Amino acid sequence: MNAETLIVLLYVLVLASFVGFELISKVPPTLHTPLMSGSNAISGITIVGAIVAAGPEDWSVSKWLAIAALLLATLNVVGGYVVTDRMLQMFKKKKK
Amino acid sequence: MERDLIIKIAYLIASVMFIIGIKMLGKTSTARRGNFVSAIAMLIAVLVTLLDSQILSYTEIFVTILIGSVIGTVIAQRVEMTSMPEMVAIFNGFGGAASVLVATSEYWRMAHEAGYSMEMVVGVTIIISVIIGCVTLTGSLVAFGKLKGLINGRAVVFSGQHAVNAILFLAVLALSVLVVLQPNAEIWMLGVLAIALLLGVLTVIPIGGADMPVVISLLNSYSGIAACATGFVLNNQVLIIAGALVGASGIILTQIMCKAMNRSLVNVLLGGFGQTSSSA
Repeated sequence: MNAETLIVLLYVLVLASFVGFELISKVPPTLHTPLMSGSNAISGITIVGAIVAAGPEDWSVSKWLAIAALLLATLNVVGGYVVTDRMLQMFKKKKK
Repeated sequence: MERDLIIKIAYLIASVMFIIGIKMLGKTSTARRGNFVSAIAMLIAVLVTLLDSQILSYTEIFVTILIGSVIGTVIAQRVEMTSMPEMVAIFNGFGGAASVLVATSEYWRMAHEAGYSMEMVVGVTIIISVIIGCVTLTGSLVAFGKLKGLINGRAVVFSGQHAVNAILFLAVLALSVLVVLQPNAEIWMLGVLAIALLLGVLTVIPIGGADMPVVISLLNSYSGIAACATGFVLNNQVLIIAGALVGASGIILTQIMCKAMNRSLVNVLLGGFGQTSSSA
């Protein structure tokens, strides 16, 4: 990784962090748990890294590690979104 | 070349959708749709990643995703509404573990397979991902255990706890420097993994069960930071953006939750709070 790439990635990091800080304002307390759960599902984005790392054909140690990562990340993503949806569903029914 | 461009554009679209999704999750009327938007963004990111030219073998990837999706859906559908917080904790722990495993996988490839070397920046980000991911994993497991009643839900405090944590933290930093300097000696990496896993346990064990939602929120933020560090390891921008979004919004959400409970974020970060709440 050259210095230029690193700087670009750092720009991405800093700007995305500011967006993250700004996004969560004036959120009603009832939405705290679903919001936490929803962003937990997003943190499963590691699934993308796991897919790339699981790419090689040969079954080396690093491939096995990547496959394990892929399984756990999939659980995080799928489980996270389903759980969040169930929470919000309940929320809606309560309101009506 | 063309594939690469398609992947990057799709990652950009996914990133925008993640931001919109989180924004919508913050309003009662749009929350459910917001979660859906973010799920679609994830689907786009996953599908387009399959085009990556580094992927030569697909069967095991599809099989693993299929197994994970089935198990994840079944668990998430069956769990009772009252058990939701511990479900979030355990899924969050899995996410942290996934970041650790991806970073370790890259470490192994660079340190042990012919033709690879480990650059300083990559080494440092691998270490960050491993440490934060390990703390997320064991911290979340302890939170899960406390909520489920598998572990004593009360605050477990012993004398000199902060000193022990500080020494372990310094030890993990020293070992991290050794990993970056001598990537071929995996003993250093094993040391980092072991101490970081222990630190996760020690950070959450002194916190009472009633304060667990705040801790889970903080650990959720950590798993975002771990994913973000993994993005630096792989030079992958959607990982950095989504990870940073979760990391930053998670810290703010934790702070809001702390304020609602009349506590300060510093107390959570240091661990050891919640003693008062167990008696209250």
